[in-house]
Amino acid sequence: MSEALLNRLKTLFPKDRLLHNEAQVLPYESDGLTAFRSKPLAVVLPETQEEIIETVKLCYQYDVPFVARGSGTSLSGGSMPIADGVVIALNRMNRILHYDAAERIAVVEPGVINLYVSKKAVVDGLYYAPDPSSGPVCTIGGNVAFNSGGAHCLKYGMTSNHVLGLKVVLPDGEVAELGGESLEMVGPDLTGMFCGSEGLFGIALEVSLRLLPKPEVFKTILAAYHSLADAGQAVADVVASGLLPGAMEIMDRLAMDAAEAAVKAGYPAAAQGLLIVELEGPVEEVEAEFPKLMKVIEASGTYEVRVAKNEAERMKIWKGRKGAFSAVGRLSPDYVVQDGVVPRTKLGEALREIERLSKNYGLRVANVFHAGDGNLHPLILYNGKVEGEFERAEELAGDILKLCVDLGGAVTGEHGIGVEKLAYLPYMYSDDDMDLMRYLRKSVDDKEIANRGKMLPSNKAPALTMHGAHPLEKQGIAYRE
Amino acid sequence: MTNYQDQLATLRESIKTNSTLKVKGGGTKTALSAAANLDLGGLSGVLEYDPQEYTLTALAGTPLKEIESLLLEHGQYMPFDPVLVDAGSTLGGAIASGLSGPGRYRYGGIRDFLLGIQFFAGTSKLHKGGAKVIKNASGFDLPKLMVGSLGRFGVLTEATLKVFPKPEVFTTMQLEVGSLGGALELVKKLATSSFELSCLDFSSEGKLFLRFGGLKEASQARLKRIQDFLGLESEVVTDAADNAFWQGAREFAFVPEGFDLVKIPLTLSKINALEPQLDTSYLRRYSVGGNVLYLALPQDANKIGLSSLLQEHKLSGLALTGSWASPYLGKPLDEVFAKRLLAVLDKDEKLN
Ligand SMILES: Cc1cc2nc3c(=O)[nH]c(=O)nc-3n(C[C@H](O)[C@H](O)[C@H](O)COP(=O)(O)OP(=O)(O)OC[C@H]3O[C@@H](n4cnc5c(N)ncnc54)[C@H](O)[C@@H]3O)c2cc1C
Repeated sequence: MSEALLNRLKTLFPKDRLLHNEAQVLPYESDGLTAFRSKPLAVVLPETQEEIIETVKLCYQYDVPFVARGSGTSLSGGSMPIADGVVIALNRMNRILHYDAAERIAVVEPGVINLYVSKKAVVDGLYYAPDPSSGPVCTIGGNVAFNSGGAHCLKYGMTSNHVLGLKVVLPDGEVAELGGESLEMVGPDLTGMFCGSEGLFGIALEVSLRLLPKPEVFKTILAAYHSLADAGQAVADVVASGLLPGAMEIMDRLAMDAAEAAVKAGYPAAAQGLLIVELEGPVEEVEAEFPKLMKVIEASGTYEVRVAKNEAERMKIWKGRKGAFSAVGRLSPDYVVQDGVVPRTKLGEALREIERLSKNYGLRVANVFHAGDGNLHPLILYNGKVEGEFERAEELAGDILKLCVDLGGAVTGEHGIGVEKLAYLPYMYSDDDMDLMRYLRKSVDDKEIANRGKMLPSNKAPALTMHGAHPLEKQGIAYRE
Repeated sequence: MTNYQDQLATLRESIKTNSTLKVKGGGTKTALSAAANLDLGGLSGVLEYDPQEYTLTALAGTPLKEIESLLLEHGQYMPFDPVLVDAGSTLGGAIASGLSGPGRYRYGGIRDFLLGIQFFAGTSKLHKGGAKVIKNASGFDLPKLMVGSLGRFGVLTEATLKVFPKPEVFTTMQLEVGSLGGALELVKKLATSSFELSCLDFSSEGKLFLRFGGLKEASQARLKRIQDFLGLESEVVTDAADNAFWQGAREFAFVPEGFDLVKIPLTLSKINALEPQLDTSYLRRYSVGGNVLYLALPQDANKIGLSSLLQEHKLSGLALTGSWASPYLGKPLDEVFAKRLLAVLDKDEKLN
């Protein structure tokens, strides 16, 4: 079977775009969940939609599973190859097909890098809002598949909220057009349904993105607290005041130590909890909002407030925050990161419980998170060389995910289920709901060849091994949130 | 709540026993709810609302008016700007019809504010989709699938919305640009500006309607700057007059008695070509920065003709009121993906 498929692929792709010997496929064996590997049959590098469609058709014909791959930064094993399957690597599908500033739209190929869209639009005062920290490297196709987020989700939503239309190839090679170029639509929101399907519904060939005018000004403050709970309470106070900041982020002491060690962020040394709030909008509006924000913050028990006086100071505040993840590598040889969500009013309770779990397990946990939308990012530090510590870290991570669901939240806010959280999706949904998702998948993909073994725990997934910093993080190219 | 459980049981029974099911909420969109045999109007009430969370969960038949009033008591609102609220529209109806108002220009439409759902599939099994939190990427996004689906994928019983604090004041500017072409030029210019408009509507005669919201103390200065930018006289209204104006827009007050309403999503570049071909008796209202045209046509107008015209322009339309052979007009929907989902969610082909 595989041999026959390989021969067919050889007629479709020139040598340099069909990789199948060991050394060639090695770089594709894992994704952002690094030590988790699997060897594909082949990697193809299509340059046209037709080549993608033909590859999918062939995979279907020969019953060989495939996985689409953008930049391979998935943190949950989403783009890891399926053993002996085909990797359809989309980095060469990186053209912007249509861009219209007046219509605030960009139609792009899936391999276009997230940040590149905003770079293209900046001359017209526009930007593409979803801002995962991996923005300088991750692709729009990967963002669509994972419905990726960033620091601004409370106000602007996730990737799907900025995707208007899609052209997709379904797992048997049939092509469908979903949505369109208008903000409005007729018929079911199939675009939205495709987003976040983790590659199980097929491959996005073309993506129509909604662009937004860039906020005119930003005002960023940093407030230090003697306890993490106080910082959490301050978020509640800001929300109660009726302000709608663009971002609200919290870091605990351990995360600040990490940021300090890595980028010398200069955060207040005695703080146990740090809150970053950023206002954004038209000049006059932000000027009017600022004193209101300060009043709330000053009454919230902070012992030190700093206001970024210029763009350089603002960037410094953010650099520490965005770099906290990779920086954690300086405090511990290995770590696991989770991205569960809790209702915002349960943040305090969640943090207290995480602290308790951390003590019970004897493992340190650093917290840095999107407080505005309740998206936690506990970093569980461990040493893989110590016998049993990795397993304990995994167990602790699982307990935190369950905690999120128990508090009324979700197991993942942005990194997706992939293979990493396969065991936990059923904790969030009933058996009936899980079955429904499986049936839907089966009806869209009767041979279950698109990203087999991911998201839905129906097939046996390989076991996890180790976690750690992504190579990109080690190089300081990208940071995790 | 036992009442709710009873209602769910009854609903499940009717899904099991009926061979076809067409749901009705408030019955405000007559073209969509005609011949409905399942009235969800009784399934009403807000289940969970904590203003601190910016989320609200209510039963599908809850009138939007009730939700709007409750939110307002806490200084919050639905930024997707639901339509036909005064007319009696329900939460489920708003989701299934996929309608949002002019205010969706700023933060997005109902698709962007729907977080979680509970629904009966055609199998009569009760399912949950999404979650009750602001951010969630776990599993298939079933809530999105329900938006605009006209009940084809399931019968909604509950929904969770994201809500926002309501701006302290809104200011509306009305400008006479003189021609549609002139209005389009200004709309294009405004599209890339950083004024953060809440609404941007216009009429085919070249009247432009702009709205922005925020803190009171900033509104005068913001207004001045937008006026300078536009360089045209404008009539400014705030408070009650502002409110009344947009309320009229949301209730489609421009549609006279004896006219039927159609929604046509489009983009700015399509307007110039379509406009001259529309019958002069059709009344038009462009909304959401030119992303949608609401068209009112006399009940006896050539409806088939309109559908073909839209098809020629590669546009689709949705009839909202009046009587139509099918509410879908113009370019047919691409059903390739939808059919595969329907094969599971409505395998007995019962739903709508
Ligand atoms: C340092 C670092 C920081 C990060 N920060 C964030 C963050 O802030 N927020 C966040 O949400 N995520 C974050 N991530 C996770 C990751 O970057 C995102 O999930 C991103 O969207 C993946 O994009 P990618 O191009 O690398 O996709 P890949 O990893 O290559 O693929 C991801 C998934 O998408 C599928 N896929 C790829 N292309 C397509 C396509 N065209 N059609 C269909 N399916 C496709 C793949 O099969 C796979 O399942 C971070 C990761 C790293 C390493």
